[in-house]
Amino acid sequence: MTGEGEDGGQQEGVTRRPQRRKKVVLAESKATRGVARTIVELEEQTSVGEHLVRSLVRAQFRTALTMALLTMVTLASLPLLFYLFPDFADLTVFGIRLSWVLLGAAPYPLIYGMGVWFVRRAERHERDFVSMVDR
Amino acid sequence: MTFNLWACACIVVVVVLTFYLGYYGSRTANTTRDFLVARRRVSANQNAAAISGEFLSAASFLGIAGLVLKEGPDQLWYAIGFTAGYFALLLFVAAPLRRSGAYTLPDFVEARLGSKGLRGVAAIVTVAIGYIYLIPQLQGAGLTLATVVPGTPEWAGIVLVTVVVIVNVLSGGMRAITLVQAFQYWVKVFAITAPAFVLFTVFVVGGPPEGQHDLTSTKIPVFTADTTVTLDDSVRIRVVEPIRLEVNGVVDGMPANGKAIWLSGVKDVSAHTRLSFPAGATVPMVEGATVHNSDWLRPQSGGRSALFNTYSLIFATFLGILGLPHILARFYTNPDGRSARRTTLHVLLLLGAFYLFPALLGALARLYEPGLLVTGRTDTALLLLPQAMLPNVFGQMIGALAAAGAFAAFMSTSSGLLVSLAGVVSTDVSRGRVRDFRWSTLLVMVVPVAAALGLRSHDVSLGVGMALAMAASTFCPLLILGIWWRGLTWIGAGAGMVVGGVCVACAMITDIVSGYTGDWAPALLQQPALVTVPLAFGTMIIVSKATHRRRPEEVNRIMLRLHAPDPLGFIKDRDVLRFGEGQSDGRHRRLAIRSRLRARRS
Repeated sequence: MTGEGEDGGQQEGVTRRPQRRKKVVLAESKATRGVARTIVELEEQTSVGEHLVRSLVRAQFRTALTMALLTMVTLASLPLLFYLFPDFADLTVFGIRLSWVLLGAAPYPLIYGMGVWFVRRAERHERDFVSMVDR
Repeated sequence: MTFNLWACACIVVVVVLTFYLGYYGSRTANTTRDFLVARRRVSANQNAAAISGEFLSAASFLGIAGLVLKEGPDQLWYAIGFTAGYFALLLFVAAPLRRSGAYTLPDFVEARLGSKGLRGVAAIVTVAIGYIYLIPQLQGAGLTLATVVPGTPEWAGIVLVTVVVIVNVLSGGMRAITLVQAFQYWVKVFAITAPAFVLFTVFVVGGPPEGQHDLTSTKIPVFTADTTVTLDDSVRIRVVEPIRLEVNGVVDGMPANGKAIWLSGVKDVSAHTRLSFPAGATVPMVEGATVHNSDWLRPQSGGRSALFNTYSLIFATFLGILGLPHILARFYTNPDGRSARRTTLHVLLLLGAFYLFPALLGALARLYEPGLLVTGRTDTALLLLPQAMLPNVFGQMIGALAAAGAFAAFMSTSSGLLVSLAGVVSTDVSRGRVRDFRWSTLLVMVVPVAAALGLRSHDVSLGVGMALAMAASTFCPLLILGIWWRGLTWIGAGAGMVVGGVCVACAMITDIVSGYTGDWAPALLQQPALVTVPLAFGTMIIVSKATHRRRPEEVNRIMLRLHAPDPLGFIKDRDVLRFGEGQSDGRHRRLAIRSRLRARRS
């Protein structure tokens, strides 16, 4: 079926069913130029390519999970602390309840900081992957 | 309260600017890609402002301060959970979801699991979540307009927001609302920071109102002046200390007129009853509010069930945000996975900046506006507080600003929801052309408007909490497992989504029924996430393992596309494959069909 389409002229091409359309690449993006061979390897799903992808996914997931657990354990310990130690919940520092600061302001810098850290590490994993592919 | 000209002016300004920006943004919008993903060319910073603008709904803008006024700092977990939810989105979903090249959430489901049937299920869940989220937005708009411009009926605000949103979405879809939402984020930030700073200054200079008990004392808040409260809805009021008051209306089913003494106990007060309290009387509060200031000030003073509620809330928000379809739709507008990640990071900053203020305003409201605890309309605290603290023109102006911010919140959230719902309906039910998108927009909006007009208005945040529980129990496990686990099959995903979704829906319906018949439902039903989310995850994993033969054959290639760094160029945007690039309406397709027919004949 596809062999038929190759020698048909432009006029024929218009009249074909949509699934016979060919993808025409006019320009490769500059970053992909140097890495064509390994990309083919990745796309072809050779064992090397699959192994590379698996290790990337695992590294990214481990980073994400670590960050999530760190942040959640820190934040989620607060209600339990307040529940178990009412004196801690009533603690006053400079005339302001510490618990209100811990719930109203402190979590946001913490979460943002963890976010910055995560993005750095995730992008480093990706750079490592690209440089490994780009041999 | 008198007719507030300032508030009207501010709301009109925001509405007109919204129209204008929508028009400006949609001048060049004419393709499906414009309408659904704004050509995928939105920069990280602009998209972050738009996402924050879309997300900071009535629940954040009015609801959190109101809940803090009523129940204390435990309610700040909404704000923390929302921000942490975006953090989870950043960690697990943002970049891979964008790299999937999908158009809508159902589109992602089909791309990852290769099942048309499941795509339909995902579309239904998307619409359900969208509706649960949209109804409180519209009701909040009605409530706000009725509060700042006394005399207007509740439907007026609902209709106003509906019209503005529909016009913008019809004219330019995602392209139009990107600019609008980014603008509305800054409106909201200004509308909450300015009152916070001004009112805090007033508090520091003037001190708490004469006669009001300190927030650290063990007493109950009192009325500092003679106060008359008119109830709009019937409420159940808990009286702790005996008070002397004047009643005009119906109490406990019996007509009551004239002076009365309420001893401690519970009173059912019917709608339209007028209660007049003398200065110095303690404030009787709606059932559920925290009565004593010392309990109110201390987090986790409500015992074990409150602790359970808090954890369930944290769970629902942390995992629910990453399943909200209208939020995810905005991530498809980024050019690539890396910028999707940068966008989310920026969102964390923008949301964090906003959420510093509701706690302060809630605490001030407890000192200055305790009358709201009688009616239970604590959502209006931010709107009424400025005038209670500054009974002059200046207070009116600040209050008007807050009202304008609230309207920005309703409009940006509703328009985001509408675009994502119309996107899903137009690409799943019809063929996804611009014309289909416009029809879907109108069609989709009918049900929520009708529901908003018909249903009883609940606390604005609670509806959102339910939508989050639904998202956390359906799309969240689907996305996390779909992105990170090769073993997910479409049968497992479908089973998990159905189990999670049905459980949450049952809890929600039971909760609504119990709300009408005397609040007998246990706390679990108001915050079901702690049970339903593990249930959905478990079902998906077990059923997927049992049906591992149905794993999509291309799973390795799909994982590669989701996780490969952007420079390698594996992103394949499905919209180009599915709808044809730059197709604006049915014309091209008709021409194509005609020539195809001609070819067949010859």
